[in-house]
Order: sequence, then structure tokens, then C-alpha cells
Amino acid sequence: MNIGKDTRLLIGFGVALLVLLLRLFQIQVIDGSYKSDAANQAMYRKTIYPSRGIIYDRNGTILVGNKITYDLMVTPREIREPFDTALLAEILQVDTSFIKEKFRYYRKYRTRIGWQTQLMMKQIPSEVFLKFMESQYLFPGFNGVERTTRDYPINSGGNLLGYCSEVDDAFMAKHPGEYRAGDYYGKTGIEAAREKELRGEKGYNIFLRGSNNRIKDHYMDGAYDKEAVPGKDVVTTIDASLQNYGQRLMQGKVGAMVAIEPSTGEILTLVSSPCINVNALADFSAHYEEIASDPYRPMFNRAVASAYPPGSVFKLVNGLIGLQEGVLTPSTRYPCNKGYVYGKKKLGCHNHPSPLNMEQSIMMSCNGYYCYVFKSLLENKKYKNVSEGFDVWRDYVQSFGFGHKLGSDFPSERGGNVPTSTYYDRVYRKRWNSNTVISLSIGQGELGCTPLHIANLAATIANRGYYYIPHIVKASEGVEIDPKYYEKQYTKVSPENFEKIIPGMWRAVNAGPESGATAWVGEVKGLDICGKTGTAQNPHGADNSVFICFAPRDNPKIAVAVYVENGGWGATWAVPMASLLVEKYLTGEVTRPELEQRMMNANLMHKVKAVKVKK
Amino acid sequence: MLNKSGSYERSVGGTLDWWLIGCYFILVLFGVLNIYASIQNTEPSSIFALDTRSGKQIMWIGISVVVALALIFFFPPRLFDVISPFLYGLILCLLVLVIFIGGSVKGSHSWFTLGPVSFQPAEVSKITTSLFLATIVSRFGLEKRGFIMAVLIILVPMMIIVLEHETGSALVYVGFIFMLYREGLSGWVVLLMLLCIVLFIITLTSSSFWAILLLLAIVSLSDSVQNGQLKWWIPVAAAIICANCFIPAPYNLWAILAESSIYACYSFWRAFRGHYQGFRWATLATLLLGTALVLLSRFFFDNVLKDYQRSRIEVLLNIKEDFSGAGYNVRQSLIAIGSGGFFGKGYLKGTQTAYGFVPEQSTDFIFCTVGEEWGFAGCLFLLAVYGFMLYRIIRDSERSREAFIRIYGYCLAGCIFMHLIINLGMTLGLMPVIGIPLPLMSYGGSSVLSFTVMLFIFISLYRNERKYF
Repeated sequence: MNIGKDTRLLIGFGVALLVLLLRLFQIQVIDGSYKSDAANQAMYRKTIYPSRGIIYDRNGTILVGNKITYDLMVTPREIREPFDTALLAEILQVDTSFIKEKFRYYRKYRTRIGWQTQLMMKQIPSEVFLKFMESQYLFPGFNGVERTTRDYPINSGGNLLGYCSEVDDAFMAKHPGEYRAGDYYGKTGIEAAREKELRGEKGYNIFLRGSNNRIKDHYMDGAYDKEAVPGKDVVTTIDASLQNYGQRLMQGKVGAMVAIEPSTGEILTLVSSPCINVNALADFSAHYEEIASDPYRPMFNRAVASAYPPGSVFKLVNGLIGLQEGVLTPSTRYPCNKGYVYGKKKLGCHNHPSPLNMEQSIMMSCNGYYCYVFKSLLENKKYKNVSEGFDVWRDYVQSFGFGHKLGSDFPSERGGNVPTSTYYDRVYRKRWNSNTVISLSIGQGELGCTPLHIANLAATIANRGYYYIPHIVKASEGVEIDPKYYEKQYTKVSPENFEKIIPGMWRAVNAGPESGATAWVGEVKGLDICGKTGTAQNPHGADNSVFICFAPRDNPKIAVAVYVENGGWGATWAVPMASLLVEKYLTGEVTRPELEQRMMNANLMHKVKAVKVKK
Repeated sequence: MLNKSGSYERSVGGTLDWWLIGCYFILVLFGVLNIYASIQNTEPSSIFALDTRSGKQIMWIGISVVVALALIFFFPPRLFDVISPFLYGLILCLLVLVIFIGGSVKGSHSWFTLGPVSFQPAEVSKITTSLFLATIVSRFGLEKRGFIMAVLIILVPMMIIVLEHETGSALVYVGFIFMLYREGLSGWVVLLMLLCIVLFIITLTSSSFWAILLLLAIVSLSDSVQNGQLKWWIPVAAAIICANCFIPAPYNLWAILAESSIYACYSFWRAFRGHYQGFRWATLATLLLGTALVLLSRFFFDNVLKDYQRSRIEVLLNIKEDFSGAGYNVRQSLIAIGSGGFFGKGYLKGTQTAYGFVPEQSTDFIFCTVGEEWGFAGCLFLLAVYGFMLYRIIRDSERSREAFIRIYGYCLAGCIFMHLIINLGMTLGLMPVIGIPLPLMSYGGSSVLSFTVMLFIFISLYRNERKYF
């Protein structure tokens, strides 16, 4: 080797300097993270959180408000000396082991935590926090951050209102730039549907920050600061006291109750039972485990997402289509001898006089009658074959809103199901006739409707032929709703045919106990409730109890659907509950306290097959 | 050629190393500019105001220049060889004395305080040690007796300074090993020693990745130098190092381990096949043992040692626990430098250094200001100046015919190099936070003056020789 020692040494020096240069190149040119860190650091943007919009009911009652709580923050590195753990625990009303556990964690990950501030305890009520403030000087390194959390003055709404939770990575990825870690967003219900209006706009104060994170001055005397814009208030169509009343009626039952104002499509009450208690909504994550593991799935909004067989209430639809198609007139009579016999099979019916005309068939809910109606619909000579007749029937059914989403403002709404002729072609290999699908005549079989669909049917009949898409948010200052909610949605059945079935519905409720009327228990003198019961078969146990109604008969103010899983006869539970709800809404008071008590205290949970929750 | 005074002396202009003097002025003036930038926000005033650090620094530079002129024109350079034992002894006494009567500055007992002026014997000790080493080694060489004496001359002040809790200053003495190397010590001894120290420090302060990357670079470099393949090594290594910079943190360790094993296999194959067998086996062993050292020391440090044992090592390495923690300093320093980008934010426009995020920003962390306000381009310029200065010192040393001057020159270069590497390594998060100034740039009269003296003794010695040849 002819390289001198001096040259080697210089090469060595050069390599060392080169390593430094490469490192410089890496942090200054390649790695961009230091630049944003620098900006974050020198200019500290203190976020001002806007107060979230308030959710009102239709009468101006606050359903969801805000209250101030405090989060206790701690910067573990700032704690130089041991502090009185027992005293802190006493002030915060927690166990000392809670604090010790937290600090064990901070110690374990001290390198990762570094100088960061940690959230130690969430949602401390202000009275507890005031006590902490008094002795804060004893606990350097701890401080409180004001937070507004949701506050629910009355237990009305539950999962209808939805809850807010901290943004997660997936959500932030979907809404780039709008949220930062630690922000809250509406996760379900109205909170989610109206997130854009409710959240408001975050503001900030820009401070110049010195070393040790000490804030030095307002940057440019606050010239670039931005005020927070409070969230817009949302007015719902819900009637808070009616909602609360409905929830009380539905307690101890599984099912749903929906009340709609027919003239607007506004949802007055929407109960999905079992319901989430509003107290759990404010700090949902703390109750999440408990709620998620409930075998009756309270988070599942049955009113809009559960597709049930509608049962006998669907006879109204078939009757209306029959009238429109001309295969049925109000005077058409069909015999029924405890059922409808087809081939070797029989579709059973209950004991009632026979033959019946249309009005009586609605009032007494005759199964056989609607089998004949349905059969004559499908085998109508106007159409080539049963399959084509079925398609026509399906078109009618869909015009009532069944078989697809109504388009309400519930994010979780489901469409239900109305089977197609191709479906039957596939299942029965093209060999099917009206008898094969006869259970559709009485609302069984492959039909799936949400309670919202059924309530919408009641509203459609109340309106004599059209409906407004049910919705839960009203237009108010700063909150717009889709114009579709103002448009009448006409069914394919003309108004005069609706008039023809209403007498039957009126008599079903008002004809008195001796007449054979199915819903006589729901009669309230002077309210003219018109209704139709249903007893839908449920493969998992006892029949479901169903009832739809509207009242009064002329210029209806309210249309109701009640669906109680495994409740038995429609008349047993659904009719009285719907009747009480109507009475409460129309008169403001209830004249039948005994019935009310019986409904509220009834517990049918043991009849319902609980769903095993996967952990 | 006889001049007026009747001697063969050449003129001042023809004998001084003006390049070195140029570098000196660039560095001190650039230093003042950056000191001013680092304080101008908290103390808005003129750069010359004597109550500010920049003003004081200018004053100290003035004093230093006067001393430098005195060294060149009045002090007979021949005397250094004669008085070096006395100076060495005197400073050694002061070093011991300061432990007992010195004031405590930031936990180290290394300062004499006389009214407004503080004086740190450890700074001056570098000069006297260098001079004494030059005297002894030039006289006795590095054969047995001379070597032992040289090692003792280095170790004695080093140990005393460790006792003063000035680990940084003590570490600088490692730089004298370059002189020993030049004077005959085997290069492999030097390399192995340095490698172990550096690997250990980098593993504990930066990451195993950087340690192994460095190890691989050094091993492959020495291999290629030995086999005359340097022209291949440079582009390949540069490419691999750049590629590794893009791999995110947890995976880069695996990447570098993979690269190491590939290299080890290649090396094994070459060694097996024939050429330079012994050397290849040696480098292969170094690579494997070094990697094991890195991984084991990391594992040992993280999993086996108890908290208090860990903190003892951290204290031993002088990873300073100041009021906001060592990690904080390095992080702030990295943010400041990293935020500079390629061309920097512009003079006096830095936010990080100006608002006092970086601790010790005008002294030990002055480089942060350079990095933030002048960017990568400024840093490149600065390193180029330092690199050129080192080159110039080595070149002059080699040209000198007197062993004394050569040895002193190598001592000087070693000291400057160590200061540079330790200080920049610290600000760039590659080394533990060890308080040590950046030569000629950091604020501090004692530091500027002693480096000036040390440099101008060399310039004066070199000039003295050139006068006659």
C-alpha cells in the first residue's frame, strides 16, 4: 500500500464528516416531519372547541343539550416529588388503586410518553373538579381541561338520538382534514345524520410558545385567531313527552313503536325497544361493553332496521290493490270456514261468521277472504299468467314504500323485502301458482317490512293515497332538509278506493266487543281511531303482536304502528298500546290508568329468544 | 536572499498559512452571526452591544486576535519546546486545584471565577498537553519508553478532568490517538478501539440500526481499501446508505441485518476462495463480533439492567439529565435543524432557536442555529470549512521537517476533529448529549481564546520553520 498514514487519517476524517452530512441530509431534506413539528412547536394553536348544537323536539323541549365536565390531564415528567395519592383519590372520588395503576402505566412507558400530557380521568363533574381546583397547588403536573359533553334533560330518544364518540383513525381517513385526534363526532342516530350542522366550526388562538412549552404571547396580538362557531341547533319532529310515554309503554317488550304525523310525514315517536338509556349516551364508551353484550341488542334500531313479516295489517294493502284492479268491491262476499282450503292444505282462520263482505273482513281480519282476493289478483284474466299478475301486484306493493328504503333520514334504515316472481321461479323451478305464495295474502311468507314501513302504511291510508317520506329532522334556521320530504308520494291506488276500506278499519276499533271486531279494546270515545290488527307468525316462538291505526278518522293527526315481538294476538298488546299513545297525543291525558299500568308493567322479555352476543 | 535586517527570513506574507487564517476568521465571524441570531429575539439589541453574548464574543475575538498577533510576532516559537514541561505541570496543578476551590458551573467543578471572568483550566490543558506530547514524542519517539510516557501524558489530565465531571473535555483527549497513529501506532489498534467506543455509544444513544450501518460501512471500507477496490466501494456504499434512510424505523434494523449477512456471505466466499485471506477473515470476524456487540449491548441495556443501573450508565456516558431531560434537548435540536430544509429559513428568521426551544443554543447547540437558518447548504459549507482546515493542518504538519511541529499539528487536528464530531454528533442525535463547544463558533471567551492560541501556536511554529526554508 502506498497510501500514507496522513492520507488515511484524512480519509477517516472525511468519512466521519460524510456520516454527519448524510445525517443532515436525512433530517433536513428527506424527512419532512421535523418541519411540521417545528411549526407545531413554535406556534401553538390552542383549539377552541365549539359547543355542539342542541337537539330540540318539535315543541322546543331540549332533547340533547350540553354540560361542562372536566378532563384531568397529567404531565408525568412534571411531577418532581411524590404527591399524596390518597388525598387525590379522595378528592376525585376514586380508588387509590386507580391512580396507582395509571402511574404504573406512565412509568412503564415513560420514554414513549416523554413530555407529553396524558389524559388521566375523563368527564369529571364540575362539583368534583372544583374541589380539585382548591387543592391543585398540591399536585403540580396535574391540570384540568374543560370539555362540553352531551346532556339529556329527559329520557326520551335513546338510540334515536345517537351518541358521540371520539374520532377513530378510520373516520379521520374518511374525512381528511376535518377532524383531529381527540375530537368527538356523532356516531349514530341524529348525532350522526346531522353531524355537519351539529359540530360547528373549531376556532383557535395562536400563541407563540417558548421552550418548556411555556406560552409566551398571542401571535400578532390575536390577528390570526379564529373564533369557534357553535354548532347549529337541530329541531327534530319528535314529540319529547310522547316519545317518553312510548318508551315507558314499550319497556319490558321487544319491538318497535312508530308514530307519524300523516299530513307532513314527521315522525312523532320512534321507539325501538329495548332502548338505550340516555344516561349511557353521554359517556358511551364507559357503557359500551354493557350495551354491546346485552342479548336483546339495544343498539339495534328495530323501528327502522328490523324486517318483520307485517301480518294481517298487510291485508289492507291487498284489499286496496284488489279494489284498484277491480277484482274486489266493497260488497264482494267470500265464505270462510275457519280457513281457506287449497289442494290438500288449509290456511287456518279464527272463528267468525261467514260469509263476510269487505268491511267485515277488515273488521274481523278474515284470512280466507284475502286468500280469495289475492288469488283473484294473481289469476286476473287481464294478465297472461300468474307470474305477470304477481309482477303487477308487486308494483302496487312497492308504490306503498315496501321493499325498499323509504328514504328517511336514518342512516341505519333498511329496505325490507318484497319477493319477485323471478325469486319464485328460481325457488320453485317455475312451477308455482297463486296457492304456492298464498301466505303473502295475509302478510306472511317472504315479506319483510320495518315498523317504519308499517307506520307509513297507516299514514298513507290516513292521507287516502299518498305519504310523505317519514323523517325526523325539521327544517330550521341553518338546517335544511332534503326537498323530497315535502313531496307527496302517491301510491298506485286511487284515493276513492282508500275511502272504501276506512269504514272497516273504523269498525275494527269502534264496533264494540260483541261485534267480533278485533281491536275493540282500543276504542276511545270521540277519537275515531281507525285501525287494523295483525298477528304475525314468528318462527322463534309466540306470534308477534301488531297494530296500525290512525286518528281521528277525518283529518288524521297521528298514524301509529306498534310491533311487539312474541306478544301474541295483536289485540293483546299492540292495540292497547297504540290506543294509549293516540289518546295521549290527541287529548294530552289518559282516561284508562289501569290499562296503562298493565301495559307499562308487562314484561314479555322471557318470551323473546335472546340473541347470543359474540364477544 | 538577505533582507534588510540581515537575515534570510522571508516576509510575514510569504510564510504564514493564509488559508488557515482565512478559515479561522470565517469560523469566528460566522459564529458571532449565529450567536446573535440565537439571542436576538430574547435580547433585541445591536450585534455589537457589549452586554449581549454576541458583543461579548466579538470582544473575546478581539482579545484573541491580539493574542494571536503576539504569538506570531513576539513570542519566539523555539521556546515552546523548552517551556512545555513547565506549562504542562502548571496546568496539571490548576486542574487538581480547581476541583477543590473552583466554582461549580452546571454541576462540573472546572471553573475558576475571578470577578466577571471565568476560566476553565481544562481548555488550556489541551494546549499544554499537545505541546508536552510534541516535546516528548519528538525526542523519544514511540519506542517503549516514549510510548508509555506519551500515554501517561495523555491519561493523567484526562482522568483529572473526568473527576471534574467534564466528560466531554476528557473525551477530546481520545483525539491524541491520531497523533500516536501517525507516529507509529498500528492503525488497527486505533480503529478497533474507536469502533468499540463508537458502536457502544451509537447503540445506546441512537439505535442499533445506525450502529450496524456504521460497522458495515467501516468493515467494507477497510476491506476495499486493503483490496484496492475503493473506487467501487464509494458509489455502492453511498447508494446503500441512501436507500436505508428511506426505510422506516422498526424495519430498518432488519434491512441492515440482511445487508450485513449478505456482505458476510460474500466476504466469507472471497476469503474462502483465496486473496487477502487473513485480512478478510479478520474483517469478517470484526463484522460478526461487532454486530453481536451491538445487539447484545442493546438487549443488555434494555432488558437485563435495572432502572438504576441504566441511569448509572447514562450518567457515566454523561447523557445529561437537565431540567427538561436529555431526550428533550436532542429532539429540540433535531427539530430546529430538520426544519431548516435545504436552503434554511434565512438569517434571523428561525423560530426554533430564537424562541429558546433549544437549550444552550449559543454555546453547545450553536449548530442548531446554523442548521435552521442556513439549511443543508449552510451546514455543508460549514463542514467544508472545518474539513479544509483539518486538511490544511495535516498538510502543513506533513510538510514540516521538525517532528515537534508535526506532532503538535496532529494533536491540534485531533482535538478539533474530536470537538467537531462530538458536538455535531450530539446536535444531530447520533451521540449522547455531552456538553462540548463547537470549535471557534460556540459562545464562550475561554473556548475561543484557547482554540485561537492553540491554532496560532501551530501557525507561528510553521511560519518559524518556513522562514528559513
